[in-house]
Order: sequence, then C-alpha cells, then structure tokens
Amino acid sequence: MNIYGDRGNVLCLTRRCRERGIEAEVNELGAGETLTDGAHHLIFMGGAQDREQQRVVADLRRTKGPALLEAADAGTVILAVCGAYQLFGTHYVAASGERLEGLGLFDCWTEHPGPADDRLIGNVVATLAEPAIPTSSRDGGHPFTMVGFENHGGRTHLGAAAQPLAHVRSGYGNNGKDGTEGARRNNAFGTYIHGSLLPKNPAFADMLIALALGVDELAPLDDEIENAAHTAALRLVGRLR
Amino acid sequence: MNPRTSIAIGAGKLTGAASRLFGRGGGTAIAGLTALRIEPGLVATLAAHIERGSVLVTGTNGKTTTTSMLDAIAREAGTGTFTNPSGSNLMRGIATALAGEAGLTGDLRNPDRLGVFEVDEATVPEAARALAPRTVVFTNLFRDQLDRYGEVDTVAEIWRAALRELPDTTAIVLNVDDPAVASLAEDARGPVVGYGVEDTNVASDAELGLDHAADYRFCIGCGAELAYDAAFYGHVGHWRCGACGRARPVPDVAATSVRLTPQHSTVTLTHNGHDLTVALPLAGLYNVQNALAAATAAFALGFEADAIGRALIAFAPAFGRQERFDVDGREVIVYLAKNPTGLNQVLRTITTDNLPDYFLMFLNDGIQDGRDISWIWDADYELLRAETRSVVVSGTRAEELVLRLKYADIAATLERDTERALAAALESTPRGETLYVIPTYTAMLDVRELLARRASKRPFWEAAS
Repeated sequence: MNIYGDRGNVLCLTRRCRERGIEAEVNELGAGETLTDGAHHLIFMGGAQDREQQRVVADLRRTKGPALLEAADAGTVILAVCGAYQLFGTHYVAASGERLEGLGLFDCWTEHPGPADDRLIGNVVATLAEPAIPTSSRDGGHPFTMVGFENHGGRTHLGAAAQPLAHVRSGYGNNGKDGTEGARRNNAFGTYIHGSLLPKNPAFADMLIALALGVDELAPLDDEIENAAHTAALRLVGRLR
Repeated sequence: MNPRTSIAIGAGKLTGAASRLFGRGGGTAIAGLTALRIEPGLVATLAAHIERGSVLVTGTNGKTTTTSMLDAIAREAGTGTFTNPSGSNLMRGIATALAGEAGLTGDLRNPDRLGVFEVDEATVPEAARALAPRTVVFTNLFRDQLDRYGEVDTVAEIWRAALRELPDTTAIVLNVDDPAVASLAEDARGPVVGYGVEDTNVASDAELGLDHAADYRFCIGCGAELAYDAAFYGHVGHWRCGACGRARPVPDVAATSVRLTPQHSTVTLTHNGHDLTVALPLAGLYNVQNALAAATAAFALGFEADAIGRALIAFAPAFGRQERFDVDGREVIVYLAKNPTGLNQVLRTITTDNLPDYFLMFLNDGIQDGRDISWIWDADYELLRAETRSVVVSGTRAEELVLRLKYADIAATLERDTERALAAALESTPRGETLYVIPTYTAMLDVRELLARRASKRPFWEAAS
C-alpha cells in the first residue's frame, strides 16, 4: 500500500544504506506472497484507502500474518505507517459498527467514529517515547523528535500491553485525546506520521537501520539538507492556520 | 421577484468592485461569496435564465484548460458564454460570474448564451442541483489534496450520488481511459459519451508499468488488480480486469493519432467516422486529453467540427497552465503542478526534448495548495536527472523539496523570497534558453504576477518569426 508518499520511506532506507556501503535489496511483496523466514532485515508497510485496505486485510491475516508475527517476535525491524499501523492492531471498528479483525501485532485497536466526525489531519511533531538504541546521528540530528503529516479517520487506542512510539507535541497522534502517537513492540513500530516520515527524520531512519543490522553505531552522513527539512517542519508548530 | 435576489446581486457587484479597487484581487470569489450569503439560492435563480443551458467540467486535473477550450469553441461557433474566472470553481465563483452579468431585477444580460463552468470536485452535487446542466464532463480522478477531500474514493462517491440526482436528459461526458471515471457510467441516468486516446504510441514504456502515483490499481467491480495493454500515466490507459472482464469501453470520440513535441501537439479526433486533425499549441498528452474532453462535450452540445478545430488551433493557454513569458531574452513557461500525476505529466513533457533544462520550483502548503506535501515523494523528479542544469527552489516548504531533489541526485538552491528566487533562476538561465517555472497553486498566482510585470510586450519567439 502506498498513498501518502510512502515510497520516500523505502528510498530513504536504501539510500542511507548505500551511502554507507551497506548493500540493500528491496523485495516487493504483493497479495498472496508470503515472507520467507528470516530473509528480511526490515519490513515496511504503508497506508491506503479504506477500499484497498479491506482488500489487503484478508491477505495480511491469512498469508503474511503468521510470518509477520514470528518476525516481530524474532526482533525483525518493522515499520507500519497509517493504514498498515491500523491493520497491525487487534481490530478495527468501521463507521458502520462492523468489526474487522486485525493482525494483533500491536496491542491496540482503532475505531472510526463515522463520517460526521472530522478526520484527524495536519502537521505533527512528536517526541520519541524511548530511543531504542544510541545512534551516531543523535548528536548532529534530532533523534528525539519526529515530524510529518497525519490524515486518518480512525482513532487508535493502546491496550495495556502496548507502548506508545512517541508523545505528541503538536497534532493529534493516535486519537487526538491521550497524547500518544503510534505504538511499539520490540523492534516493530507503528505510526500515523507520513510525509514521507523517514527522509526528514534521519535519526529515526538510522535507528531502524542500526536495529536491523544489530549494530550500535552507523557511519555519520552529511545530513544538512535532511536536518533543514526537519527543522522547517518543526517551525510549522504554532503557525497560524 | 424576490427582493433578496436584487440585494444579493447589488451587494455582490459592490464587493467585487471594492475588492478590485483596493487591489485585493480580481474580486472573483468575494463578490459571489457576499451575494450567496444574502441569497443562497442565487445561482439557481439566475441560471434558470441561461437560455442555452449549462455545461459543468470537473475532475482532478485539466478542469481549467478544458473549460477554457470549451468556452473558446462556443465563442468560435458564435455562441456567447457565461463562464467562471479561471480556478474560481466553487459556488461563489459561479455566483460571481452570473451576478456580474445580471441586472438588479434578476435578469441576465444577453441571456441567449451557454453557461460553461469549471466546478471543484466536491462542489459537483451543489452545482448540479443549482444549474441543472445539459452536460457534465468528468476528466479524471487522482489523489489531490487528500487533507481536504479525505480519500480519492470519497470524491468518486460524491460524484456517483450527484449523477443519480441528475435528470435523464443530462449528457455525461467521461474519460474512458480512467477506470475510476469510466465506472461513473453505471450511475448516469442520461446518455453517456466516452472519450479516449486510441493511439498507443504515446503510452509509457511497457516495462516501466504504472507510475508510482497510480491511484486505481484495482478493479472497481471485483477488486482484482487491473491489467494494462497500454499505460499512459497514473492509472490512465487501456485497462481491463482479467478476473471479471470489466474493461475500458470503446470511446465515442477518440484521439486516433497523437504526435507530441515539447512545444505543441498534433491530434486527430475521430467521431462518427469523421476525422478532425488539430495542431494544438500546447504540449503534453494531458493537454491532448483536455482538447479531447472539450471537443467531446462540444460534439454532445451540437457544435460543428469546423468551429472545434478553429478554436483549438488558436487556443491561448489558461492562467499559469503552460503560459509563456519573454523575460530579458529568455523564454519562461509556467507549468502549474499540484498533485503527483499532474507533476509527472509536466516533467515528462519538459524532458521529451533531451535538451538542457533550467528550473524554478515552488512548494507551498497553503490551504489552496493542500497542507500535506507528501505527494512530492510520489512524483518522478528522477526524470530530470540527466538534463537539469540548474534548479532554484522556493516556497513555504522549500526545504522539503530540496530534500526530495537530493533523492533524485539533483542539487538545488533554496531562495525563500519569490522575487529573489525568480531573479536567481533567470540569472542561471542563459539568454535564448527556456526557464521552466513549476509552482503549486498559490505560488503560481504570485510568480505569474511578477512575470507579467517583467515580461516584454511582444514575445521574442513571435518577434523573431
């Protein structure tokens, strides 16, 4: 699924690996294809429209689900943005009241309040709840803030076993009420932030790469342009609408 | 008549005049807005007097150009028109257009005219109710301003509901190459006229497949992935569903031969076995499709092929849509681009000549541009890599665009101020070369005004010939 510039996330991961001489190969997994056990260091899934999400939900649960859950338990890095994040929760209650079972990778669930309620749309700034590991770009970059854009009708609520990925400083996050943004389980991360998320959050991107490789440090990159985009997005906070 | 109508028309005229007088814009929206506040039913009241009825043009891309072409065709055929000013496509824009032509008694001046109105995607139901159009044209449906409309499917549903309410006399003009638009035929109560590009020479390379920005990859009927015998751009092409057999309908008006150059296009339109070949002074397959949409609507309205051909050959670009300026011996072309599909078309058009390119790009995130700028990550800036000599980037979200270009291995200079950015871009462009300006909507308004001020009265490329 790809709707809100999610391609940028994949471009970012491969580019930041390549610049460091780390070989990276991208496999696209379509409907009906399953994960090969242990073949991937990092798994990414983006968002889609409701219609397309319904189309993938069955495939996700039946075909890819068991392997994804195993991968998450084994510490494989997983990033799920927006629609994928919703599908990775335990269930989704549609505006009609219909209940769709999710993958249950994260202990969270989402409900759509119905078309009369506003979608949660706007720029987001959030602070990472707990950095997974130290990374080399922490000093030069902005390791604890994540910037981007959110656009979702569903409100996500974290269960008792779930950790939030981040705390919202500006924007709505999971549900616009409790200040949480996204969810985390082991090395699996779910978030509503797109925009694309990773190119302008280089420290977060590097954290995913370092986790995937099982290293503490990555060679620093020239992130002047990345940091300028990050800082520009930070400045949007408090801007008159 | 209702005295509110008179007050609304008068107040609208006054506000529009005041807005122009105090330099706060062309008065295109504010006049209609004021009039509608006083009399919400004003458009319906006035439209009832339009003797030749109305046509509505909607869709994600190509609305303004198609409307402008259809307007030109009608005038060429000797039919006067009522039309809304470029881009002012909400009810207030239509109200401005009609109130400006109305007397205080609620009568329209020279009512023996055709209404040709561009309509915002989400305004279609309201406009259709108020105007009871003879014809509605749907150009295409792509992701655009998702922060404003929600999802692409939301727009499709709005259109379907509007179609079900229209009388069975309203002709529906559909782009059959767009599976989302073609499927609207099922909800149309009146006659459906399809248009499409038959010449597959202009399809993109088969091995490339669909663009990253394809929004309708799946069959609307059964959900299976669509197959393409020819893919033009986005999800537009010769599509079919292998699972349920649903496929692109045969178009009633077809572009049977298309030749594209970076400056203009030649297209043969075939309708009822007759060919009409037009040299269109606009580049890009998307403009061929705009001409096709306008011609199809014109045929549906009963205009003759001769008038259609003459109007299209002499067509002057709409505001900011391939508009050209001559600035200090440099040709400057403004290509409005506000969503990934539109931008990809622009990039492809510019790069068809394999000549060095100079750019000034803007990324604004105002409400009219769309707050969400993530779409630039779905556009194929990589197309520019080989030919780009210089890029100046400006706008409220310039940093993000500089970053996107870095990912395409294109170095860019950031200059926030519009005037200084234009000056820097002109300086980087050698005399005799072309500077391509690619702004989002609000940036287009600003840069266009600067260009109009700096441009020579007579373009050098005309003076030279």
